[in-house]
Amino acid sequence: MKKRIIYFVLFPGFFILLLAGFAGDNNYFAITAKDVEFHIPKGFPQPVYDFKNNTPTPAGFVLGRKLFYDPILSKDSSISCGFCHQRIAAFAHIDHALSHGINGLIGKRNVPPLENLVWSSSFMWDGRINHLEMQPLSPISNPIEMNETIRNIIKKLQRNKEYAGMFKAAFKDSVVNSRNILRALAQFTGLMISANSRYDKFMSGEDTLSPSEYKGLQLFRDKCGQCHKEPLFTDNTFRNTGLAMDTNLHDSGVAATNGQMLDMMKFKVPTLRNIEMTYPYMHDGRFRNLKQVLDHYTQKFTKESHADPILVEGIQLTEEDKSNIIDFLKTLTDQTFLHDRRFADPSGHY
Amino acid sequence: MMKEHVFYSLFVIAALVAAMAFMVTGKGKLSIQFQNYVEDKSLRLDSVSYKNVLGQPYNVTMFKYYVGNFRLKNIRGREYATKGYFLINQEEKNSMQISIDNFPEGEYDTLIFTLGIDSMDNCSGAQSGALDPVNGMFWAWNTGYVFLKMEGKSPASNSTARQLEFHIGGYKEPNNCIRVIRLPLKHAVKIGEKKNDIIKVQADVSHLFSAPNPVDFSKLSSVVDYKNASTIADNYATMFKIADEGK
Repeated sequence: MKKRIIYFVLFPGFFILLLAGFAGDNNYFAITAKDVEFHIPKGFPQPVYDFKNNTPTPAGFVLGRKLFYDPILSKDSSISCGFCHQRIAAFAHIDHALSHGINGLIGKRNVPPLENLVWSSSFMWDGRINHLEMQPLSPISNPIEMNETIRNIIKKLQRNKEYAGMFKAAFKDSVVNSRNILRALAQFTGLMISANSRYDKFMSGEDTLSPSEYKGLQLFRDKCGQCHKEPLFTDNTFRNTGLAMDTNLHDSGVAATNGQMLDMMKFKVPTLRNIEMTYPYMHDGRFRNLKQVLDHYTQKFTKESHADPILVEGIQLTEEDKSNIIDFLKTLTDQTFLHDRRFADPSGHY
Repeated sequence: MMKEHVFYSLFVIAALVAAMAFMVTGKGKLSIQFQNYVEDKSLRLDSVSYKNVLGQPYNVTMFKYYVGNFRLKNIRGREYATKGYFLINQEEKNSMQISIDNFPEGEYDTLIFTLGIDSMDNCSGAQSGALDPVNGMFWAWNTGYVFLKMEGKSPASNSTARQLEFHIGGYKEPNNCIRVIRLPLKHAVKIGEKKNDIIKVQADVSHLFSAPNPVDFSKLSSVVDYKNASTIADNYATMFKIADEGK
């Protein structure tokens, strides 16, 4: 009798758990209204991008996600945004020095991570794009990235029934046009927010840092924090970090966009959030690890290098200092963000 | 007593009339017809060969440009401004005729507009209409929108395919290619509810390569970023004029 009762309890219990497991699996990619709410994380400034003109909705976000992971955006349907922007690397291209494009072509620059983009006043290593919504046009039209036109993308999407329904659900005017494509993508990428690392938890008093991490934080604030300003870990400026120009790539940075000698070899100060995952480093991925980056900054630079005045004398760091700073930088890894199901690829391509 | 009453009535009526004159100004339509020329001949794409000031022959296969922020100054010196841009494209006849509704009625003697997209509108994100990137006028590898595109061919060109490619844009200093065009009207135009004069504006392609900076195609056949952009912009600043009567 007793045994029977156990079966009665256990069997349905097991069944319910099984069901819950399946339901959970389906819900993994489901996007709710709560999933697309935008909150300014504690301590963060007002964003540059205004979601008021493009309020995220579940349908808009899901459309943006589909576009992000769909190779249809490239000329020969071989490359999607997600091909180079991998979730596990904070949407950088892990272990790739230079970006990859269609037909196996290799670009000139390192894929930057996609995180906290709504606080960014310009995009690309040289800042050539001035608005989050316009950013996708750059990789789309670049002959060595996706080599496609927005006009042709619209044609391809208009022929696709699934997309027609998704545009209808996402936008009042239901139209498959460039504005809706770009706004859907901005809803998806704009919500990629990393603000839950161990550093953040330390700042809010929910976690502690080890002695070396804490020493590293203090050193970082003293030696690096002026450009890599908290809490975004960038001041959104462009600076010459004393790197010699690569003799094969001939990349002069901002100067290549405006011809100004003053902007020679200037590149955007990148955020350091999730830096542990975005290796290799610098605009052309020339440094394999953080130690090499710090070694670079301890050098003195010549006048001819036009290195930023802050860096020209070299940052004074002992080997122990470097190791402490690296320990601290690893506290910027945000596991919540790197595994956020909202940004996973529902098609399972990548 | 009676006299006083009449006086007050007249005063009130006069005041009302004056107030109405201020409040109820009529609205009309500002209509502008753009016409592209090469010197004194209407521009024709592809087939016709033209000559630049150095005698180098060339043809035109594409000519389009952004104009916007139209303003009119009335004969008393007051200006009325509008917002928005139009893409004038030689290949699309409908694009050459633009009209702006709800323009205050009056008599105007100066037309002012911008060639280019000013920095605020250049940084406003995804847009539709004239600024839709499907128009092929957004520069993803440089800054912002292209303001003017002229393409063609010339045997004098130093490019391998003998091409001419002038894509001019840029809203940031020191490569700012926005130019404000100010054209006095030979005869004041009337805009009102009943009558709308059409302003005819001519753009002369040959100016791109003449003054103040003559262009030698064997030295310069392509402008596709900041390099030499303001040289051409200074030239296009002078390419517009108001059509003579009868044209």
